[in-house]
Amino acid sequence: MQHTDVLVIGAGIVGAACAHALTQAGLSVRVIDARLGGATAAGMGHLVVMDDNPAELALSQTSLDLWHAWAPHMDAGCAFTACGTLWLAANDAELQAAHNKRSTLQAHGIACEMLDATALARAEPALRPGLAGALKVQGDSVVYAPRAAQWLLDQAAAQGHLIFEQAEATHIDGHTVTLRDGSQRSAGAIVLASGIQAPQLCPGLPLRPKKGHLVITDRYPGTVRHQLVELGYITSAHHSDGTSVAFNVQPRPTGQLLIGSSREFDTTDPAVNNAVMARMLQRALDYLPGLADLNAIRTWTGFRAATPDSLPLIGAHPEHPHLWLAVGHEGLGATTAPATAQLLAAQITGGTPAIDPTPYAPARFAGLNTP
Amino acid sequence: MHIVVNGAPLQVPAGTSVAAALAQQTPGTTRTSVTGEARAPLCGMGVCHECRVRIHGRTRLACQTVCTEGMSIHTDVGTAPGSATS
Ligand SMILES: Cc1cc2nc3c(=O)[nH]c(=O)nc-3n(C[C@H](O)[C@H](O)[C@H](O)COP(=O)(O)OP(=O)(O)OC[C@H]3O[C@@H](n4cnc5c(N)ncnc54)[C@H](O)[C@@H]3O)c2cc1C
Ligand code: FES
Repeated sequence: MQHTDVLVIGAGIVGAACAHALTQAGLSVRVIDARLGGATAAGMGHLVVMDDNPAELALSQTSLDLWHAWAPHMDAGCAFTACGTLWLAANDAELQAAHNKRSTLQAHGIACEMLDATALARAEPALRPGLAGALKVQGDSVVYAPRAAQWLLDQAAAQGHLIFEQAEATHIDGHTVTLRDGSQRSAGAIVLASGIQAPQLCPGLPLRPKKGHLVITDRYPGTVRHQLVELGYITSAHHSDGTSVAFNVQPRPTGQLLIGSSREFDTTDPAVNNAVMARMLQRALDYLPGLADLNAIRTWTGFRAATPDSLPLIGAHPEHPHLWLAVGHEGLGATTAPATAQLLAAQITGGTPAIDPTPYAPARFAGLNTP
Repeated sequence: MHIVVNGAPLQVPAGTSVAAALAQQTPGTTRTSVTGEARAPLCGMGVCHECRVRIHGRTRLACQTVCTEGMSIHTDVGTAPGSATS
């Protein structure tokens, strides 16, 4: 049984970023992934600075800086596009919210600007007339997350000591992980980055699946230029316990439009729910009436791993100092994977984290059982 | 029944699907992929979307569309910017 410094369970965007950061720190890393199909392959890959609270802002802003540093080196398959986000204000109240958001972002040195109704119509002619304006966040971007995860693993293998195995972990015991075939792997530290499946290996993690639907169209280049998100998204996406939909459309480099978003708790059924899909598309039509004439070619769903306070669990398991958690990234894990990995690697190697790790510490939740 | 494929007239029996009509001609392809490769019907049952063609200005699945008299079909979906609608 070959021993490595670290064993990472899960090679979604979060596990891949952790493996990358740990090899960069000079550690030997084994990554195992069962290829169960996780959130990374299902998501939108919008890299977006979010400012619902200071901890979310710190994690997303630090991550965006890392994404921009990586972007020139990523292959075309990663589809990194610095399209920026337009936060759309439908009325005066939302316009005020846009101004407030601008103040917060600018106070943190994040480039953004207000567009009035005329400038917005010029920037995105396909939007319905009558919107109040928008906040444009220039640095926000888009990535094809499953390819980016592979790119991170390739980088790690090329520059450091990385072993990848396709295998399913069934048990964690101290420094040892047992695989489905009964064989075992040991490491100095175990990183659990297995997304929504993490509670199977570590019971008691406060993770809830939050289902989302997506639709992708045929190619219509130039129809939309920025990632478009309604400002109502801020309220509908995070604070509702029922099913909610919000307008969120992304231009893909192929000319396709990726249409979201929906949020639904208390289901683990991956089937497309036509009622939710219809609500989501109706919302999209409210903003982009021309969508009605376009062809959709695929629909699918995915599950976000939500925590009670919407912040991820990054850091030591409170009862197992050699078990490290990198889970619970909800709808923002493609964005926040880089800073998550940096934070975790600094803690594992005893370095100084770039941002305060306290808000993400798993110990904030009582009752985390031992695995 | 008479249809027109990329401007050229073609005669097909009533009830023929557009995919079947296209298969009677060379090259028998439908759309062009993102990387510029030719595509042809694959699944024949509306799942793979490889058979997208332009019929009277709209993108349609050739395997799920039955030919009608005078139907004009273009196999240029994906070949030019905006081509999925134009
Ligand atoms: C519909 C939707 C839209 C989204 N849009 C965005 C967006 O626009 N921007 C954004 O930033 N985020 C978005 N997200 C969120 C983002 O996709 C996730 O937060 C992120 O992908 C989580 O990555 P992960 O690596 O933690 O988990 P996953 O991608 O789920 O990876 C977990 C991995 O662990 C493996 N695994 C699980 N159990 C085991 C085991 N026992 N043994 C071995 N391997 C195992 C799985 O095979 C999987 O590969 C979206 C999510 C959804 C569902
Ligand atoms: S051949 Fe597959 S959808 Fe028509």
